[in-house]
Amino acid sequence: MPEALHHLQVEGVSFRYPHFELASMSFEAHSGEVIAIIGPNGSGKSTLLEIVSGHLGPQTGKVLLDGADLHRLPPRPLARRVGLARQETILLFSFEVREFVRQGRHPHLGHSLFESPEDERWVDWAMEKTRLAEFAGRRVLEMSSGEFQRAVLARTLAQRPQLVLLDEPTANLDIGYQIEMFRLVRHLAISERFIAVVVTHELNLASELADELILMERGRCLAKGKAEQVLQRELLSRVFRTRILVDCNPSSGRPRVTWVTQQA
Amino acid sequence: MSLLLGLTVLASLTMGAVHLPLSAVWRALASHGGNSDASVIVLEIRLPRILLAILVGAALSVAGTGLQALLRNPLADPYVLGISSGAAVGAIFALWIGGRIAAASPLAAFVGAMITMVWVYLLGRSGGRLASYTLILAGVITASFLSAVILFMLTLLSTRDVRGIAFWLMGDLSVTPVTELRILAPAIILAIAGLYVFAKDLNVLLLGAEEAVHLGVNVARVEMAVYLLASLLTGIAVSTSGAIGYLGLLVPHLGRMFVGNDHRLLLPTAALGGAILLVLSDTLARTALAPAELPVGAVTAVAGAPVFIYLLRKTAG
Repeated sequence: MPEALHHLQVEGVSFRYPHFELASMSFEAHSGEVIAIIGPNGSGKSTLLEIVSGHLGPQTGKVLLDGADLHRLPPRPLARRVGLARQETILLFSFEVREFVRQGRHPHLGHSLFESPEDERWVDWAMEKTRLAEFAGRRVLEMSSGEFQRAVLARTLAQRPQLVLLDEPTANLDIGYQIEMFRLVRHLAISERFIAVVVTHELNLASELADELILMERGRCLAKGKAEQVLQRELLSRVFRTRILVDCNPSSGRPRVTWVTQQA
Repeated sequence: MSLLLGLTVLASLTMGAVHLPLSAVWRALASHGGNSDASVIVLEIRLPRILLAILVGAALSVAGTGLQALLRNPLADPYVLGISSGAAVGAIFALWIGGRIAAASPLAAFVGAMITMVWVYLLGRSGGRLASYTLILAGVITASFLSAVILFMLTLLSTRDVRGIAFWLMGDLSVTPVTELRILAPAIILAIAGLYVFAKDLNVLLLGAEEAVHLGVNVARVEMAVYLLASLLTGIAVSTSGAIGYLGLLVPHLGRMFVGNDHRLLLPTAALGGAILLVLSDTLARTALAPAELPVGAVTAVAGAPVFIYLLRKTAG
């Protein structure tokens, strides 16, 4: 499906909770790019993601996707453009995996009561891309956490958004699944021409697979840019309150983050 | 399933204090306004009551299905929000102040149900939205407070009235005059149709409110509509025939077993299933101890609890 290139502009968004303030943040991205937001717990990563999703209105600034202000779009048109995948609350009702993924088509249904063959094709496509085809008839509650994370991604893919937001997509995953998940997002962002913004604690995965990193601390952006610019020893040591080493991954040449075992 | 409902209705028409063969039932149905005993029994006594059972059964089951999705809680039933208790307080209050004006009772019960609905709604709101946990707590607390009020009022009533109220509290289809069907039928059918409009949204809502928001559902609007329609169905059902138990809890689960969680199929399945089960239960209530009658709520409770436990064990294991 040939699509135009998309352009995300986050312009000076800020947000103030009673006990927390997200200072004015700006960045932009184009189709095929993966942006990783990193930083310690409570640094405002998820708040920023909520604002970028168009669902949390910033107190200043705006978020534009291809020039359209996301916070002014009604729910359905917004959901056709922006998809958010995150760790979900426990499901109390058991869904078949295919049924679960199919919910991603909801914003596209319009007035028709049932999914069209085209909707079903996108469901098939999303399940195939996430290697879930064989799970179609299984129940979501019976899946492992790795499989479930893939199902959540599949649902977001079935939504066919131009902007894909992922909130800790690799939490609870073993290293194999983590790498697979990141590679999949990286690969699909290019082939499907969407923009991906990923909140993650996996600094090395961000280093290897993201085009741009945004390092946040206490609601402020400390560094922004390529992995080499953001993943610096002094900066990370201070932000994560521990002695961190940055060297070079011999296989890729990208920065590699480790830590000093012995406290000096 | 519609066929099954038809068969159930026919079978139910033949049974009762007086057994009528199918041929007599058929003649009565075919010839309007005959004056034979059979046609009086069939057309004026049994048929209206069966129609009432169909309506109430469908209303309670659809309300239960909607509330389970709204509250994201598979244990929710139409009474979890205290609406039946509100209706009971209304009915008893009418009895208390008005002596015994039979016609005023359903109306007072309905008013009680609606007041409770608004009250629980206001309690359950937070941040402009219905929060499912707050709503459940608001409902449970309201119901338990109203139960205390009911007990208090019952101690002040005469024994005869208490027996009538006890039947009503359990659920009883024997008291509704035929004329009420003309109001009930359109109201219940419209409310069920209204809920069906939100069938797609309910599917997404089962994933969680946040997920539904991100999938383009106007959650605040859907939740309010589902709450109002489900409460309305419950209020109508309860004020005409009392708090018939288990149907609104059990039928949604039976439906889920057969057609899954897709409300586009589940809602009609629950409506038909609830109708069938209540017609069956009421037939049993009329015939088990004939000529005496059991309250149908006793039948649904005695049958419902074991079935629910069976379902629970089956899905758990």
